[in-house]
Amino acid sequence: MSDKEIDQPTGVETTGHEWDGIKELNNPLPRWWLIILWISIVWSVVYWILMPSWPGISGHFAGIRGHSDRENVAIAISALETERSAQMQQLKSVSSINDIESDPQLLQFVLEAGESMFGDNCATCHGAGGQGFKGYPALVDDAWLWGGTLDNISKTLHHGIRSTHPESRLSVMQAYGELGVFNGDQINDMVEYVVNLSGRDANADAVARATPLYQQQCVSCHGVDGTGDQTQGAPNLTDAIWLYGGERSEIYETIKNGREGVMPHWTDRLTDEQITALAVYVHSLGGGE
Amino acid sequence: MSGTQMQSQASTDLGGDRMFVWGMLIILAFWSLFTVARSADPLMGAHAALFLGASVIGIFAMIAHRTSGYVAESDSYEMGVVKAGVFASVFWGIAGFLVGVIIAGQLAFPNLLYFPELPWTSFGRLRPLHTSAVIFAFGGNVLIATSFYVVQRTSRARLWGGLTPWFVFWGYNLFIVIAATGYLMGITQSKEYAEPEWYADLWLTIVWVAYLFVFLGTLLKRKEPHIYVANWFYLAFIVTIAMLHIVNNLAVPVSLTSSKSYSLFAGVQDALTQWWYGHNAVGFFLTAGFLAIMYYFIPKKAERPVYSYRLSIVHFWSLIFIYIWAGPHHLHYTALPEWAQTLGMTFSIMLWMPSWGGMINGLMTLSGAWDKLRTDPVLRMMVVSVAFYGMSTFEGPLMSIRAVNSLSHYTDWTIGHVHSGALGWVGYISFGALYCLVPWLWKRKELYSRQLVEWHFWISTLGILLYITSMWVSGIMQGMMWRAYNEFGFLEYSFVETVEAMNPYYIIRMLGGVLFLIGAFIMAYNLWRTARGDVREKEYVRDANIAAIPAE
Ligand code: HEC
Ligand code: HEC
Ligand code: HEM
Ligand code: HEM
Repeated sequence: MSDKEIDQPTGVETTGHEWDGIKELNNPLPRWWLIILWISIVWSVVYWILMPSWPGISGHFAGIRGHSDRENVAIAISALETERSAQMQQLKSVSSINDIESDPQLLQFVLEAGESMFGDNCATCHGAGGQGFKGYPALVDDAWLWGGTLDNISKTLHHGIRSTHPESRLSVMQAYGELGVFNGDQINDMVEYVVNLSGRDANADAVARATPLYQQQCVSCHGVDGTGDQTQGAPNLTDAIWLYGGERSEIYETIKNGREGVMPHWTDRLTDEQITALAVYVHSLGGGE
Repeated sequence: MSGTQMQSQASTDLGGDRMFVWGMLIILAFWSLFTVARSADPLMGAHAALFLGASVIGIFAMIAHRTSGYVAESDSYEMGVVKAGVFASVFWGIAGFLVGVIIAGQLAFPNLLYFPELPWTSFGRLRPLHTSAVIFAFGGNVLIATSFYVVQRTSRARLWGGLTPWFVFWGYNLFIVIAATGYLMGITQSKEYAEPEWYADLWLTIVWVAYLFVFLGTLLKRKEPHIYVANWFYLAFIVTIAMLHIVNNLAVPVSLTSSKSYSLFAGVQDALTQWWYGHNAVGFFLTAGFLAIMYYFIPKKAERPVYSYRLSIVHFWSLIFIYIWAGPHHLHYTALPEWAQTLGMTFSIMLWMPSWGGMINGLMTLSGAWDKLRTDPVLRMMVVSVAFYGMSTFEGPLMSIRAVNSLSHYTDWTIGHVHSGALGWVGYISFGALYCLVPWLWKRKELYSRQLVEWHFWISTLGILLYITSMWVSGIMQGMMWRAYNEFGFLEYSFVETVEAMNPYYIIRMLGGVLFLIGAFIMAYNLWRTARGDVREKEYVRDANIAAIPAE
């Protein structure tokens, strides 16, 4: 079956082979194809000579340009650090917000740094602009759990809340229902009491029944008037701002099951200067005290 | 079994094929029975039960086959298994595209399609289901079916091994069911494109070696003096996949009744082995195998000789040789030593022309028959496929340049590159082959409807364009946003902001996927009607009239 023939439309000879009616033309390799193939090979060889390439018995050929990614990264990082060192140095010695605010250049630097770091570290929980989600407090308003002064915020960031840090901020909103302190009816009464605290219409009988319970169980943290206590992270119950929701069913759940929100501590991940910058940024978001 | 049947069996394969299939079924039945009884791992128990069910069905099928007294005509082609492969390809194709659309929807509307109480619906489990369903279930069945067809026709020999090809078909599809159910239940060894656990891997190894024997056996019995180029590519695909699969999956199971295993490799060695595997899965599964399809179906459909024999030899060997080294381009700027990255990158550059050699041979085979592109949508689909192949094998070397990769890596650009290869090249060449095979296998003169092929072509081409253009824009934007710094050297955008910016493109991608899926449904309908022997009279009558006019 090796009958070479001339193919009709192209005028090219076939190889003379045939499989299931398929023949092959004897066209040469396209010139441009060969040329580019050779160029890519030559280019690769040149690249091997310039850059780290073939391995040998002990180590690899380092290339005549002596290029090294890892060294370059180290150089780039240290260059960035020198570039920022003046401001970082200033930040180290800062003791109050005024020191930063009185230096507009430093303030701008700190806010830029804070915004960038907030996006990378905090936005997943607190939202891109710090607007918060259920269980994750908004940082843009002036309702604070643990206090909104620069020092308070900075302490929150350093040590976290119910975190694994030994000096973590600690407190519990215990599970009054689950622990059997209250029965279901008492929880319902207490819900009415809390609704009443926040200035909404509530069942007066229930509020009356709950009043002694509130005096016994809740004042130590939320205060007699329900305005909360920032030293214990106990929220203000009289405002319309809710961490876990202000619907009756949500309040019911809070009292029955308790709440223990966790905010990680950042001393293991960020430097003191970075934390200061973040604290200033959060402080500037709108609600700083 | 009567004496004459025994003889006719003996004269072909000495009944060795039956002994092999029986042996496999019995071993599988015993192993799965033992595991069902002993395993403390409920996931393993479920899979062993599946294996047990499959082996029992297999045993019944073997008995039924024996009592039916069916005797294969030893001088005809074995086309039954090819038909089964065509059916499986269409089925898995639609399943895989559907899951693709679902995960595209999950990325576009994450809250809408999130069901925490149903863990099997999570993106993490559906994504490997998609990749395996399209690559291994759809692509694999297309490759097995077409290779069985092509090797017989171009060797003028019946498939070797009697029942073994059927064992390969059912064994392979059993592997797919095991893999797919495993992902949904959460079984994975966390190696991309090699997620199935050790027992599924072992089963696939047996099936794959049987596949190799069938293919080689048929080639050895061939009545043609030479081996056709498509068969070189199929053989390269089968041999290399066997090697890659075995090495990358080397692992030690926790116990024989546990679904969990630990890889032999760790750290950067593991990463390099994984991407040596991963890249060559692209090179030998999604490229070499489908080039084989191209080399048979395009000349056949265009009724033209292959453009250049010499080019086919040179590009075959250069492709095979160079692909193996390019894997490190998946690990640029990682813990992988820089010298290995350099080598991966340069070999990727050198891979450009060997890849284009295939494209040239595919496209130039049409010289003298370009006019057919206007009238034959099936041929057009295959030619567009080759064009997409050319595009993605230009894009690939470009992306493997470290400076470019520092932008494209981890972004949707990679996803766009994947799908221009996957939808354009792999998808279209497969559809073309299926459109050819169904009329040939079921002995029909024509497809049920050529207009439906036109619809399929245009709808899914629009789908592909929406998919890849949206991913280019989204990927490049994502890369630029990640590397944007403000004047103090702080990052300009947070990660969530980049995710938000990509949302519109995710919606466009999903629409593209929906169009591609609709196209596949149209194809399934058309193929089914064709197999049934229906012809859409209207169309062909009209065509006949048009043809008749000049004759008058
Ligand atoms: C894993 C989620 C998470 C991440 C990440 C996180 N936070 Fe918090 N954060 C919380 C939770 C939950 C609380 C509320 C704790 C509580 O209930 O008392 C909180 C509380 C706070 C508070 C106290 C609010 C108040 O009213 O007193 C500040 C300030 C704060 N976070 C700032 C940050 C900053 C800055 C970052 C980034 C460095 C950050 N958070 C990252 C979860 C997180
Ligand atoms: C030991 C201190 C403590 C006591 C006692 C206590 N709470 Fe709390 N309460 C907290 C803290 C701390 C939180 C915030 C929990 C968090 O941030 O995860 C809280 C949160 C709440 C909230 C949710 C507020 C919101 O914004 O969603 C309600 C409602 C509440 N407490 C009601 C009560 C009631 C009613 C009682 C008495 C039965 C009570 N608490 C007793 C400390 C206390
Ligand atoms: C309807 C058509 C399809 C749609 C809508 C679709 C959608 C998707 C989506 C959403 C992803 C995940 C991307 C991510 O994680 O960001 C994906 C990944 C992937 N798809 Fe598809 N797909 C389709 C068809 C195909 C086909 C036909 C193939 C192969 C033949 C394929 C191969 C892959 C591969 C290999 C990946 C993983 C890519 C990577 O990890 O880089 N897809 N697909
Ligand atoms: C010359 C040929 C090719 C080269 C050099 C090449 C190169 C590349 C490069 C550099 C990446 C990105 C790696 C990263 O940044 O993570 C990539 C990803 C990918 N390419 Fe290609 N490509 C080629 C052809 C193809 C073809 C034809 C297909 C499909 C049919 C394909 C499928 C894929 C897939 C699936 C991935 C994603 C892998 C993953 O991350 O999961 N490639 N390729």
